[in-house]
Amino acid sequence: MARAERILESAKGAEEVEVFLSSGVDTEVQAYQGEIENLSSATSSGIGIRVLRDSAAGAQVGTAWAGSLDEEAIADALREARDNARFATEDEFMAFARPDGVEGASLQLTDESVLTTPIDEKIAMAIELERMVRSSDPRIRQVDSANYSDYVAEAVIMSTTGIRASYTRSGAFVSVEAIATDGQSDQTGWGLSAGRAPSDLDLHEAATDAISRATRMLGAVKPASMKCSAVFDPRSAATLLSIIGGALSGEAVVYGRSFFANRIGEDVASSLFTLIDDPTDPRHFAASVFDGEGLACRRNVLIEKGQLKAFVYDTVSARRAGTSSTGSAVRGGIAGSPSAGCRALQLEPGDFDQAEIFRRVGNGIFVESLTGVHSGVNAISGDFSVGVTGLMIRDGQLAEPVREITVASTLQRMLLDVLYVGNDVEWLPGSAAGQSIAIEGIAVSGS
Amino acid sequence: MSETLVEHDVLERVLGEALGRGGEFAEVFAEDRTTASAMLDQRRIEELSSGRDRGAGIRVVVGETTGFAHTADLSERGLLAAAQAAAAVAREGRGGVREIALDALRDYPTHATILPGDVDKARKIELLRYADDVARSEGLSITQVQVALGDSTRRFVVANSEGVFASDHQVRTRFNISCVASGDAGMQTGYRPIAGTSGFEILTMQAVEEAARGAAKQAITKLDARPAPSGDLPVVLAGGSGGILFHEACGHGLEADAVLKNASVYAGKVGEQVASPLVTLVDDGTVTGEWGYLAIDDEGRPGARNVLIENGVLTDYMWDYLRARKEGRGSSGNGRRQSYQHLPMVRMTNTYLLAGESDADEIVAQTPRGVYVAQLGGGSVNTATGDFVFGMTSAFLIEDGKITAPLRDCNLIGNGPEILQRVDAVAKDFSMMPGTCGKDGQSVPVGTGQATMRLSSVTIGGTAP
Repeated sequence: MARAERILESAKGAEEVEVFLSSGVDTEVQAYQGEIENLSSATSSGIGIRVLRDSAAGAQVGTAWAGSLDEEAIADALREARDNARFATEDEFMAFARPDGVEGASLQLTDESVLTTPIDEKIAMAIELERMVRSSDPRIRQVDSANYSDYVAEAVIMSTTGIRASYTRSGAFVSVEAIATDGQSDQTGWGLSAGRAPSDLDLHEAATDAISRATRMLGAVKPASMKCSAVFDPRSAATLLSIIGGALSGEAVVYGRSFFANRIGEDVASSLFTLIDDPTDPRHFAASVFDGEGLACRRNVLIEKGQLKAFVYDTVSARRAGTSSTGSAVRGGIAGSPSAGCRALQLEPGDFDQAEIFRRVGNGIFVESLTGVHSGVNAISGDFSVGVTGLMIRDGQLAEPVREITVASTLQRMLLDVLYVGNDVEWLPGSAAGQSIAIEGIAVSGS
Repeated sequence: MSETLVEHDVLERVLGEALGRGGEFAEVFAEDRTTASAMLDQRRIEELSSGRDRGAGIRVVVGETTGFAHTADLSERGLLAAAQAAAAVAREGRGGVREIALDALRDYPTHATILPGDVDKARKIELLRYADDVARSEGLSITQVQVALGDSTRRFVVANSEGVFASDHQVRTRFNISCVASGDAGMQTGYRPIAGTSGFEILTMQAVEEAARGAAKQAITKLDARPAPSGDLPVVLAGGSGGILFHEACGHGLEADAVLKNASVYAGKVGEQVASPLVTLVDDGTVTGEWGYLAIDDEGRPGARNVLIENGVLTDYMWDYLRARKEGRGSSGNGRRQSYQHLPMVRMTNTYLLAGESDADEIVAQTPRGVYVAQLGGGSVNTATGDFVFGMTSAFLIEDGKITAPLRDCNLIGNGPEILQRVDAVAKDFSMMPGTCGKDGQSVPVGTGQATMRLSSVTIGGTAP
């Protein structure tokens, strides 16, 4: 903090300075065949500095960062940021955040036991997880890796425009990938458990998830191409929601890079669809007191009963849109500048559990994993085509496993075609929680 | 900067400390990376950013176990502390410091002629604006242009307890142009990269102009795109467009870490016919200037040209130090890491399919109905099953042996071992593309390449019947 204050004091004339300090402690264990394969421990810290030059024609911002906090690195970064600012185009909307009077939520996001739990206990969890998967089912022929990881991270955001924000958070995770075989071919399944502390983790849940995903895919076939309803499991639904969240970024909207642009008030989704970005909900792993510019995070209802209500904004995109920040600046670490984005999406739960959704859908495909999301989804045009593995749904029940197929539609179409939203919410790491979602009219490409 | 990032004597002492508790192998990897980027969006120079990251990663190997620690403190005290942390996995605690004697330094210079630090920021901005102007001049339907220029200078020194002592100076330059065209049926995108393990010299006005025109034309062409077909069709991949297919379809499965864990469909298949006889696949770190070029890998091993599949027969896998050590053989120069904060693992460099004998136009003419892919986006693979996907970002229908209507973006899906058998024509017109490869959370620059070629059948993930 004192260091950041000193940097702010060095601001010159009509210049604003923003400092983002981050530090963290990380531990990672990988187990293989009952031994530690890798054990990593690290502490890291870094600084990102932005300098803003104001003039009648608008403001210019320059950025620089350093992966250490020694005085020389900080001095270099400040000098570079100042120099970089000279080259930016003057922009009347460019500005740093200013305090807006919204109080940060009171959230407990750090569990000190991440730091006090002996390393031997963490190692034991990774080894035990591997053992549970290996010994559970004779069809499991290999465990690629069983991992334990945790972190405690701390960040400070301060600016000459009055921002003073700091927060810490912790996380602990176990994950495992199992390979199952039926003698003919192999299938893989991945399981995870996540929390804020080692004691939150459920090894059994991670192991069971990996085993069942791998074994029930055995004998998977490539079905014929068809058009049908698809039920996305909570994990793949969370991926869908993250993609939709990207198109709800005020930045994408003001730049005309979203299929939601100019559609506020329109029915863009099924009436079952109410999507909220709420980083103040502590159940969400990405919960946060402050956003990437140091403003308080808040609950934003984006789509309500299918109607497009709002976008998320950071300071600059809000100024471009003639509105104010929704406390939704996201920032990719010290090297990233703030931009507008969703942080903690959740879809309002529906009435049914997964089994009931299968019954109601009757026939279709159950999507258990998505691949090629970064290559097959265009959030500007809305084109959607991804590889999936999963199981057929026949007469309301899960039937044979299927692989090597794609499901395709457009995001616009899929939102309108939502049939059911599940009540089986899973709080997953990432920017969205997930629950089962059924969508009709999906094109499945097979043979 | 001194001769190396960390002095010879300090490295020897740190390695000695790292083995003080009984490790069998220790390594220090110290890195100093500076990066700069400039971005144009909506006709504005939005931001210039500069960054610097310095530090060292230390690993200690005991039996099958690796201990790893990293630090941003390159002083002897900082390095010794990291060495002790990495050595904590050696639980016997044998005590005492081992004597390490390093070989003479092997120092590799960069091939770049115009170094990033010697380029005026004003000159970079001129190029961004030029690309923007060229792209917009392609048509009024171009409503958005984003241009990004980035460069990085990475100096590192790697030393290990077997005496390896080497340093490299890697300079990379990248220029990306993305365009959005707007029409009655919505928005479409176009993209072109220029990238090399080179300096600013690759960014000639001509190269930038070609890329800007290409990105704009691609977006405009796609305004008329129709939904891609759904189902199995022959696919012709334009030269340079489809190297990613081999990167995904078999490259990852030929990395020895997956193979040794028996988590690859290619495990145990050396000497077997795994592909059509038209397929000769090479991973080659020695292609000077290419995006995946390296003088030495991140374990100090010189980059090498490794034949992986020859005329369809699997000849070898790719290896890093640890995996090669297990098999009692040498590394193939494929040990790479994203930064000093990461452990090295087996990674590709420039992976390409050797050119064939056919004529590119004839391959299209001899395809009655199919899909012509002018550009692929990213892809991914499950190495254990071989199932992969990759995205088409510029594709056309082939009807009666002619390239016709443009198609909307969609994914292709297939199985690596099956698709390798379906290569039924390879042309002479070889070219390469830059890409970023992600594996276990680490990203490294890679090149991919091939000549125009045909796959007899691939599943197209579109929506049209």
